[in-house]
This record gives sequence, C-alpha cells and structure tokens, in this order.
Amino acid sequence: MRILALLLVRVAWLIPTLAGLIAIVFVISRVIPSDPVALLAGETASRAQIELLRQKLGLDRPLPVQLAGYYRQLMTGDLGTSLFTTRPVWDDLSARLPATIELTVAAMIVSVGLGIPLGVIAALYRNRAADHVLRIVSVAGLAVASFWLALMLQLFFAMDLGWLPLQARITGFPPPPITGFYVIDALVEGNFPRLGNVLAHLTLPALTLAFPALATVVRFTRAGVLETLQRPFVAYQRAMGIPAGLIVWKYVLRNSLVSTVTQIGLLFGILLAGAVVIETVFQWPGIGAYAFEAILHSDYAAVMGFTVYAGVVFGLVNLMVDICHALLDPRGASA
Amino acid sequence: MRAVRDILAKLVRDPSAAVGLAIIFLLIAVAVLAPVLATHPDAVWDMNPRQRLLPPSETYVFGTDRMGADIYSRILFGARITLIIAIVAVGAALLIGVPIGLVSGWRGNWLGEGLMRVSDIFLAVPQIVLAIAISQTLGPSIENVILALSVTYWPWFTRLVHAEVRSLRNETFIEAAIALGVPTWRIVLLHVLPNVASPIIVRTSIGMGFTILTASALGFLGLGAPPPAPEWGRMISESREFLPEAWWSALAPGLAIFLVVMGFNLLGDGLRDVLDPRIRRATTGR
Amino acid sequence: MPPPGDNLLEVENLRVSFSTEAGTAKVLDGVNLALQPGEIVGLVGESGCGKTTLANAILGILARNARHEAGAIRFGGEDLLAMSQRRIETEVRGRRIAFIPQDPYGSFNPLFTVGAQIMEVMKWKSPLRKVSEGRGLAGFFSRYPRARRREDMARVAEMLRAVQIPDPAVATAKLPHEFSGGQRQRLMIALALLPSPQLVIADEPTTALDVTIQAQILKLLKKLAKESGISVLFTTHDLGTAYEICDRICVMYAGQEVETAPVEEFFRRPRHPYTVRLLESLPRPGRPLAGIGGEIPALIAPPSGCRFHPRCAFAADACRGLRPPVTVIGGGHDVRCYHPVVEGAPA
Repeated sequence: MRILALLLVRVAWLIPTLAGLIAIVFVISRVIPSDPVALLAGETASRAQIELLRQKLGLDRPLPVQLAGYYRQLMTGDLGTSLFTTRPVWDDLSARLPATIELTVAAMIVSVGLGIPLGVIAALYRNRAADHVLRIVSVAGLAVASFWLALMLQLFFAMDLGWLPLQARITGFPPPPITGFYVIDALVEGNFPRLGNVLAHLTLPALTLAFPALATVVRFTRAGVLETLQRPFVAYQRAMGIPAGLIVWKYVLRNSLVSTVTQIGLLFGILLAGAVVIETVFQWPGIGAYAFEAILHSDYAAVMGFTVYAGVVFGLVNLMVDICHALLDPRGASA
Repeated sequence: MRAVRDILAKLVRDPSAAVGLAIIFLLIAVAVLAPVLATHPDAVWDMNPRQRLLPPSETYVFGTDRMGADIYSRILFGARITLIIAIVAVGAALLIGVPIGLVSGWRGNWLGEGLMRVSDIFLAVPQIVLAIAISQTLGPSIENVILALSVTYWPWFTRLVHAEVRSLRNETFIEAAIALGVPTWRIVLLHVLPNVASPIIVRTSIGMGFTILTASALGFLGLGAPPPAPEWGRMISESREFLPEAWWSALAPGLAIFLVVMGFNLLGDGLRDVLDPRIRRATTGR
Repeated sequence: MPPPGDNLLEVENLRVSFSTEAGTAKVLDGVNLALQPGEIVGLVGESGCGKTTLANAILGILARNARHEAGAIRFGGEDLLAMSQRRIETEVRGRRIAFIPQDPYGSFNPLFTVGAQIMEVMKWKSPLRKVSEGRGLAGFFSRYPRARRREDMARVAEMLRAVQIPDPAVATAKLPHEFSGGQRQRLMIALALLPSPQLVIADEPTTALDVTIQAQILKLLKKLAKESGISVLFTTHDLGTAYEICDRICVMYAGQEVETAPVEEFFRRPRHPYTVRLLESLPRPGRPLAGIGGEIPALIAPPSGCRFHPRCAFAADACRGLRPPVTVIGGGHDVRCYHPVVEGAPA
C-alpha cells in the first residue's frame, strides 16, 4: 500500500540523517579550547596522568576513528558513559525522560486543546473583536522570550501571589514510581493531595512551554479554517440549510485539521526547543536541563546521547505526522 | 524603485504592519542614537556599587541593576548588540541558504536531493540545541553567537527557496526560456530569483524575530556576550537572583525583547499580505 | 405576469448592491420575476448579469458585503427577506427550496462518503422529519430516530436509482472523487429532490460538464421535476440549455430583467434589442459570427435608465432616463423596452 511505502522510505532516510547529525555534533563537541579530561582528572593530576586518562577514554585517537567507534557503539545500543555523572547515559536519559514527556504532553494538551477551538473562533469572527484579540495574543505568543515569560510568571504567581510553586516537580516525596509520570502515579495511588501538588507544580512550566505553541496552533487553525470556508461544499451545505454549527465544527474543522496536523510536527520542534530553557528555569529534572548541563560540562557522551534522542524523537514525530496526514486525507484531496 | 514605494505604501495602510515598521525604525534609531538618548551613557559599562538595585525613579528610568548601572541606558546600548546579531546572523544565513536552495531546487538530481538531506540534518534538532552546542564550544562572545545562529538558520532559507524553485521549474514561462536557449544563470537570476524574492523577504523579517529570541536565550544561558556587555538576555539572567525584590531589572529587558520581536513579526506578516497573498501559509513556522 | 396569489415565487423590484473597495456595485436593479408551481423558468444572461446573485438572494446566502436596498422576495406568500434566519435555515433552505450547485466537483466534501453527506441532508431535511427531533446544540447531539433513518435510506436508494446511479448500496459508501462529474451532478439532483421541495434553484448546473453529458442531465432534471410537480429556477448563460428544459425564459442584462416569454415565443419572436442580438450571436452554419459591440458595464457606475442603452442601436433619450416599464405583449410575454423590436424593425 502507498502508506507503507511512504513509511519505509521515511524510516530509511532517518538513519543517514541521524548519522549526519551525530557526525556534526560529534565534531563540534570535540573541537573545544578547554580540556574536559584535564578537568575530570582533577587539579592535582599530572600531565602523565591526564594522558593516561585520555587514552583510557579513547579520546587520543583521531576524530574519524572516534566517530566510527561511536557509530559501532550505537549499534549495540550503548550510549556511553556520562563524564559528569559517571553513569551510563542511557540510564541518565531514561531516568529523566518521564519528566520531560509529562511536561511536553501537558503543554501539547493545552496548546492543541485550547488552540484549535480558539483558531476556529478567530476564523469565524474574522476581523471582529474576538479575532483581533486572538491575533494579538498569537503574535505576542511568538514574540515573548520563553525564559522571560517563565520568570514573569514565577514572579507573579509564585513569589507575589504565592498561588503556585516556584519550581521542581513536587514538594515533598514523589508518588510510588510505576510509570514515572507523577500525574499518573499519583492518580493510581489515589493520593489526591499529592496529585494536586503535582498538578500545581506542572502548571507554570506547562503554560510557559505551551504559550508559543498555542500561538502557532491558533494561527494555523485560523488560516486553515478561513481557507476551507471558501470551498464550494461549505456554500452548498449552507444553501441546503445544514445547521451552521455543524458545518463548521464537523465538516470544516475536519478539512482544516488535515493541514493543521502537519504543523504538529512543527509544534514538537517548538516544544522540544523550549524544553531546554524552561526546564533550566524551573529546575525541572528533565532531559532538556540535562542537555544544558551536559553541554556546560563538556560531557561528550551526554551531549551525544541527547542528540541521538532528539534526532530520533523528532524523526519519529514527523513520521507519525505523515501517517496521520495520509490517514485523515484518503486522497490527498485537501490543501 | 517604484515597486518599493508601492509596497511601502500598501504596508503603511495595514495598521499592524505599520506598527511593526514603526517599531523597527525605533529600534534602528535607538541603536544609532544610543549615546544621545541614554541618560547615563558612560555608566553602561561601569560599576557603581552604591547605586545598585535602585527602583525606577526620575534619574534612573528603569532602575539600576546589580552593578549600579542604569538599566534604561543599558537597554539602549543593548539594542545595538541585538540589531547587529540579527542583521549579520540572518544575513549570513540568507547568503548561504539561498544559493544552496537555488542550486538544489533547480537540479532535481542527486546534488539537489543531497543538499536537501544536508539541510535536513541541521533541522533534525531544534535550532537552539545546536546553537547552544556550537557557542558553548567556541566560548561566549557575540561573534560566536552570530556564527552559531547563522549556521543553524540557513536551512530554513534553503527549504523555502528549494520548494519555490521546484514549483517554478514547471512553469510554462521557464520551459519557454529554456527552449529558447537562454543560459541557465540568466534564467535563474532574471526569472526565478524575482519570483522567489517575496517569500525570502517575508522569511527574513520573521527570521530576524526568531533569531533575536534565540540569541537572547543564549545570552540568558550565559553563552552570549560576556559581562559587562548589556545584552538583553544576559541582563535578564543576571536579575534572577535578586527577584522578587528587584523585579524591574527582569521586566525591562524582557519587554524590550518582546517589543522588538513583535515588530519584526508584525512587519513580516504585513509583508506577506502585501507581497503575495498567494504564498502558501502551510509552509511557515519560524 | 400571472395574477398575484397564484405564484409560488415572486421577486418584486429587488435591489441589491455590494459594497467593495472600489465603490458600491449595484448588482440587482429592481428585478421582477414570478414563478408558478410546476413550471421551469430559465434565467438567462451573460456573466455578471446578476443571475447568480438573484439565486443567492432567494436562498439568503449572499456575501457579507451585500446590501438589500429594496424589494421583496415572496415565497408561498411570505417575504423571505423579512423572515428570521432561524426559520429560513430550518424551514426554507434545503426543504422547501432546494439547490443544485454549479460545481459538482467542489460541492461535495472530499473527506466524507457520499452516503454520509446525503444522510446528513436527510437527517435535517427529510419530509418525514418531525419538529420534536430538535436541533440539539448547534446541530450536535440531536437524535436521528432509527426508524426514520431506515425509511430515509430506502427513499435515498430509490432516488439514486431514479437518477441512474447504479447499485445505491455500494455507491453510498464511496467517496466523491470516485464519481465522474456527470454522476456527481446526478447525485446533486437526487439531493435536491429528496426533501420533496416546492422549488429547486439550479445555478448553471451543466456549465462544468462535458457537452455530451449536459443534455443527459438536463433531460433527467426536467423529467423528475415534472413528475413531481416541482418548480425549477434554472440559471444559465447558454441559450441552448435553456431551450432544452425551460417552459419560460427570462433574460437579464447588467442586473435588470429585460424580457420574459414562454420558450417557443422567446426564440421565435424576441422583442428586446438585447435578446435579438443574443439570439443572433448563436453560431449558425453559413453565417459569420455576430457579436454585440461594446462591453458589459461596470456595476459601480452603471448606465442610467435602461442599462443596455450604450450598446443599443435604437437608444433614444427616454432610454437614458427612467428604466422602461413593463410592456405586456400578451400570452405571458413581457418586455421592458421603449422600442421593442417587431419582426426586425424598431417600433
């Protein structure tokens, strides 16, 4: 079937793309003025000891050889060991993944769940008050520096009003780990005060992360709906007296969504990018913060590990978007 | 030139685009006239411990920061940094990305596909991640920020140009030109480029906005110009430890960023509406 | 015009304009039209004459920048322009007045099966529907009783067979793009007739189709309409298709109706100079192609009085002043001209 062929081609392309990405980041991370090995060895280490450590870590061999070695290593699923935490990178990443996923999913829910209806409303009330307000919000959403928004929200809601916690995922002990997602775990545990605690902590980071994504969703939905409204079948259904609400929310939305779904891939990019900064600001123990710390410490293995993770996630998300696109639109009939 | 005047005229009629244009002019004016407009032009780079963290007042319009410098003046001088980073980074990305896009779009063969794959690689992770990696590697400075940003932004131009050229290639008037034996470089320069110009211009304006955001994020993370440079992102990060008492030191630079990026985005949207209403909106994003 | 009270549809002195950036376009300038039950009337005119605007005005789906300046549209005695939007949407549109669009390709939603779209219309517009079924929330959450649904589906199958769509059960599960243009238009005819309307407005229904299919579609529409006594208002720019199907023809020019006549009379004894030239412009073997000098006027600053006067060989001062009143020629033949043509010579 066509979809299958499309999938296979996309998956096939994923590999060389990832390989290229890894190569680039590999080269970048190795080309540094400072010497992390020296840092690792400690201040009192002698020259000889540093060199020994370097040899041990395999960092004295020429770059292409190191790269090849890394590829080989990846094949076995070994992401290396973090120079900083001295734990396997894979363990570090898996420990922190749920936190990032929880945050990202929450932000997705807000941005899509709120954004699509708002986009439809903006299109329906085009050039009237509601539309103007929503357009300002969506332009603002893309103009605000997320770290600044985070600070402002923290300032207002956490410091001034004290309504929401300042940072981290929870105050006190986390729920018994089943999935690693605090929200789910707290629900399963049946511990509602703890659930409330978790949700409160999730609110500010999720909202901050969602803001630019929300703006994007509103814009695209609005544009998509406006375009769909021009199409003859809308006029036909109207002429035949089908209730207007049905025309918009059942038929027009479905047609506009096809192009919006394509933007979800874009959305993920925004969320992934935002996660790095926002996790840092909110002390959210996720992969984004991990990546930043890794880069700061010149932790090669961790940086590479994060890159591989990001590349794979991105590639998979885009793949799923393509699948959804093909499913929603059986013939490539819409925009 | 008349085309430019027509475009400007139409742009001014659209209220939000006019606002965007006004903001950009303001930014340029501020950047150029900073020494004149600043209330404390000399204090920007100095330390005045006795005046640290003063709230907004008549002398210090936005208050002072932890070094005692006037925040208002620092913001004005910071506009220079912002503008330079935006112009050079986006300009470089344009100069790299557009030719590559032209080549890869024109030749659909392995070269074209290959170049697109290369640009895909750069797009495989969000820009900021790669930019962080690069600028951290090279050390904190404005030049490195610019380098990191242009190296990670060019693929957006390439994709745009590639897609446009690909579709233009099938247009009848191009086929006619080829059939008439017009040399390729002439076709590309005289026929293809003008048609691609509109989306490029729109992307440039919007790109300035996003570049400024990423640049300030890098500054916030400590990877931008080193202190005491009045880079807006860094100013925000420096203000963190003194919250919530010294809230003005976090508010003002952020507002500056917001205003400037808004300006570029509004201008970009306005340009898009004016230059070519047909531009496919589905291919936007950053 | 036939005596009032007899008519199913009466358009009386309808004036509609559109406000645009360039000014106000006076698209309909006091149009009069009457339709009796069971008759097929053709609205003939070139592009821009206002026939589609008139059709849209009757259905109440004019664009947002349209202004209703004057006149009434009486349907079954009631003025549609004074009726509430809610009543028009539920009682009139798709129920008492149905619609056949010009574009069979775009008028179906490409993402839903033909059956789903037909049943959507049946859910709201089937003659079996009872008011008690309610509208729910903006159309959502309302019931479609299973019994009625089954009966409706049977009627749909029957109608599909009547419009010569083979194997209705299979056809309804298909997507629109799996049908040809002609088939889609036949589906449109079915959709228009299923609610048992009193009037069907067909807006250039064959313009988008191949010539060989056009006659087929027209014959089918005429047959089905006549069988059920349904009136049809049929707009077209093609006199040939009008001849094929209409009982009466009304010619429009630049927003004014200029002549109305029963079809045979229309083709044999046209009276308005524009109609005469229109008929002369039909290609005929052995004769050079004839056109009409001049251009269709811009409606923002239209000619005064009779809007055809700049292009009319018989134009006089009166023509430039007030628009000519109706001259009754008899036998249902009306013309609006100060110098109606009599067998080739001006009056």
